[in-house]
Amino acid sequence: MYEIIVVGGGHAGCEAALASARKGHKTLLVTGNINNIADMPCNPSIGGSAKGIVVREIDALGGEMGRNADKSLLQIKMLNSAKGPAVQALRAQADKITYPKNMLKTLNKTENLEIKEAIVEDLIIKNNQVYGVVLENGEEIKSDVVILTTGTYLKADILIGDTRTRQGPHGEKPSNHLSDKLREYGFTVIRLKTGTPQRIDKNSIDFSKTKEEKGDNRYWTFSFDNEIYYKIEDQISCHLIYTQPKTHQIIRDNLNKSSMYGGLNDIKGVGPRYCPSIEDKIVRFADKEKHQLFLEPESLYYDDIYVQGFSTSMPRDIQEKMVHSLPGLEHAKILKYAYAIEYDAIDCKQLKQSLETKVIKNLYTAGQINGTSGYEEAACQGLMAGINASLNLEGKEPLILKRNEAYIGVLIDDLVTKGVIDPYRLLTSRAEYRLLLRHDNADIRLREYGYNVGLVPQFKYDKFLKKKEEINKLTDELKNNKITPIDSVQEYLRTIPTTELKDGISLYDFLKRPEIKFEHIEYFYPLNYSDEVKESVEITIKYEGYIAKALREAEKMVDLDNKKIPSDINYDNIHNLASEAKQKLKLIQPTSIGQALRISGVNPADISLIMVYLKKEYHHES
Amino acid sequence: MKDTIAAISTALGVGAISIIRVSGDDAISIVSKIWKGKNLHEQPSHTINYGHIVDNGEVIDEVLLSLMRAPKTFTTEDVIEINSHGGIATTNRVLELLLSNGCRLAEPGEFTKRAFLNGRIDLIEAEGVMDLISAKTEKSRSLALSQLSGNVSNLIKVLRKKIVNVIANIEVNIDYPEYEDIAVVTTEQLKDCVDEIGNEIKNILSKSETSTIIKEGIKVVIVGKPNVGKSSILNRLLEEEKAIVTDIAGTTRDIVEGDISIDGILLHVIDTAGIRETEDIVEKLGVDKSINLIEEAELVLLVLNNNEELTVEEKEILEKIKDKPAIIIINKTDLPKKLEDLSTIKPIVYLSAQNNIGIDELRNKIKELFNLEKLETNDYSYLSSARSISLLKQAYCALEEVKKGVELNQPIDMVEIDLKNVWELLGNITGDTYSEELIDQLFSQFCLGK
Repeated sequence: MYEIIVVGGGHAGCEAALASARKGHKTLLVTGNINNIADMPCNPSIGGSAKGIVVREIDALGGEMGRNADKSLLQIKMLNSAKGPAVQALRAQADKITYPKNMLKTLNKTENLEIKEAIVEDLIIKNNQVYGVVLENGEEIKSDVVILTTGTYLKADILIGDTRTRQGPHGEKPSNHLSDKLREYGFTVIRLKTGTPQRIDKNSIDFSKTKEEKGDNRYWTFSFDNEIYYKIEDQISCHLIYTQPKTHQIIRDNLNKSSMYGGLNDIKGVGPRYCPSIEDKIVRFADKEKHQLFLEPESLYYDDIYVQGFSTSMPRDIQEKMVHSLPGLEHAKILKYAYAIEYDAIDCKQLKQSLETKVIKNLYTAGQINGTSGYEEAACQGLMAGINASLNLEGKEPLILKRNEAYIGVLIDDLVTKGVIDPYRLLTSRAEYRLLLRHDNADIRLREYGYNVGLVPQFKYDKFLKKKEEINKLTDELKNNKITPIDSVQEYLRTIPTTELKDGISLYDFLKRPEIKFEHIEYFYPLNYSDEVKESVEITIKYEGYIAKALREAEKMVDLDNKKIPSDINYDNIHNLASEAKQKLKLIQPTSIGQALRISGVNPADISLIMVYLKKEYHHES
Repeated sequence: MKDTIAAISTALGVGAISIIRVSGDDAISIVSKIWKGKNLHEQPSHTINYGHIVDNGEVIDEVLLSLMRAPKTFTTEDVIEINSHGGIATTNRVLELLLSNGCRLAEPGEFTKRAFLNGRIDLIEAEGVMDLISAKTEKSRSLALSQLSGNVSNLIKVLRKKIVNVIANIEVNIDYPEYEDIAVVTTEQLKDCVDEIGNEIKNILSKSETSTIIKEGIKVVIVGKPNVGKSSILNRLLEEEKAIVTDIAGTTRDIVEGDISIDGILLHVIDTAGIRETEDIVEKLGVDKSINLIEEAELVLLVLNNNEELTVEEKEILEKIKDKPAIIIINKTDLPKKLEDLSTIKPIVYLSAQNNIGIDELRNKIKELFNLEKLETNDYSYLSSARSISLLKQAYCALEEVKKGVELNQPIDMVEIDLKNVWELLGNITGDTYSEELIDQLFSQFCLGK
């Protein structure tokens, strides 16, 4: 008997299991193959635009991904460093051997956590509540809560050319019945598709025909622990190449052989818009002469190179021709062929914000089963499901992050409010308040929550409080000190260059100038603060106006989100409510007026009607 | 924090006075921004205050303003009611000013809704409130649709398309920074785009302002010395006996008004008391008013008598209308000519109101002067509701923010926040606020992915 069973050992499953075990709940992680725990079946990278910030958020809340990635880096860089602070994010190449190994090590040494190798084919359900899982061999394991993080393994089909094979990534055994059972229990099951490119033997590539892409020349960490496990000079490079006219010709000539273009006629899965196959790109962007491809190293311990941008479902012989048409890959040896994978997912509109399902009590889902894509998207949902399942057991309110608090909040709100058609990837453009959701302030935003739920230990919390104190101290120091237009100052300003002073000006206002950095301030006034503190202060001061605007907008949203809709509301009783709105409201069951307003098809007049109805029926301040 | 709402709460175009109602926490401070009169923050509650509505110093209207502080008001919030008497265009302008100074246009039935939600109205009335909201929503929906002509919404859609292309490009630069083959939008490049969009918004705004001619009509004033035939001409134009026409000089003491329509365009014609030196108090008032009306008029019809020489007053008026659209009417051409030749560049129409000669020529001259033919066959590329105009003005202001950001060389992703705001405001005008629009654009415009 367990308190929590997590089904699946991917990025969502690991975070979920760690969160619940760390919170003191007896947890079982069931996975098809222990060797595939925290596996990265697709690209060998962690982070990226928006996603890198999610990793910081996971870390701030007390999750594992950031720390684990820091221990497994091949290369790391700050994206968009030439742009504003709101869009900067870390992207790392992570070692596909080291990352899972480190994660397994962490799982193994975590108290209250057991791991079992098995395939789950059913759930124990009574009166719409879950009581455990049923394994392939019929064995039942009981628990109070179940978290499903099955990834792409529900009825997984691997598609290459005209062949369809029932298996998961790496030829692993999929779960054949669980999704049917979920359908029986009342879930809407949808079919999604994604794909992965070829792996090439490093030794067969002529890198002289490629352009080298190095990691940054300074140290970075995802985690606020700031522990460095790598050396700048030891980072492994990626390489950039372009498709050739010949490549495009081969693809056009063989288009009907691709699974997606006629090779298979029974494809139901909807592929991600943001991640088209190379044949998609060539068909849809016919006038584009070449496409960029990245050769990314997978590990220090084997020779596979991942060809980012070349995902395809062409048959193997055509893939050979395609690969050999690329510069430097004329004699490349393909170690693994590209494939597309189709899998079952549930309609995420059937989830609550806590990631508990509305259909079955005490059942939570996280990761690709919810229709998302990406390791980071999966991990953060796993963490939230783990936290909320635990809080549920403890009889506490769930932790719901708002859209102005975290990308995690944006992601989950998007899922449960809007649903998905194709696999969901986080993008900075999905966040309306991205200026508030920055890389640098993830801890300021979320550390408190992590501490309160019990995932951030005291010593880390103290460190965080100290940082906050330092930030305030530095801000005050800048406000209280001035520079005046004396000759030596003006002379230095000319060298920067920046406009000379007319009057005395506080260092705070001086830092507002776009061209002024802390190094210029320190010329006048030595400061003894960490880079982290200085960075945070600089951003807050420099973009004060923009940030204030974003805060004002966010306040309006929060106001609406605080107007709660009781769960027992009967939309049929609200006269004049538009029927489309009624249908959507019944399905999504928004918990607040704000959420209701974000549902497409629900307009302000409908919202007015709901508010009047709430006042009338519930007599409370809505 | 509850936002402050505003709306015109009397039926437009009906009655001499329109009431614009404002309700919410910021009602007093927002109205104060466009108010010239006693400091509203210091006035006691439930008072009526005299003053002017001003826009950057320009007086828009002379109004009476009811100031009612929370909680003893209809909505239980601070409420201000502005009694405007300037007609449709002025009322709209006042509303527009409120909206661009921070009010939100009230949803249909929202004042009543707030009154209910704030406990001002009985529970029994709740159903009524809901019916009201639904009914008003339906009505305003069809109204809004008819107000937004296809052409203008197309213009705005084209603008939005332009903006979303740029935004999508910037977003791609942010979300896929490793793609070297996708053009990088720089703050510098944004300049031209912003200028272009700014000009187009200005263009639509100015067209929208000319459109008030179509909606509100043209204010026409007929002036001339007593018994020169002003009223007869008005009557010919009106084709009804509205003004009293007699042979005794000075019959028209009050100002007589009438609306005529020329090719569908409304002319609001005002007949004035004859202008001459007078001792009669009643008539004196009328004469003063006439001179004021000339200042306000959009078109002056100066009527002269063919049978008499120019008087000093007439010469004065000729001088006064030098810079105004005006037509000189020489009436009584059936009588012998005694009037000297005029040295004016204003168009001259000869007519005999008595015999109904020359009236058609007068109509044609008016049409010509206001380009009414052109207006009529114009593409109607204007916005007619205060809401749309205020949204467009807000979009223009947001665009100014973009410009500021560009000038200060702020990072592109910061500047883009304001640009997105412009895009969203424009979307609010045409009703295009589909949330996935940008993301669709992102992936249809650019080739991305693993």
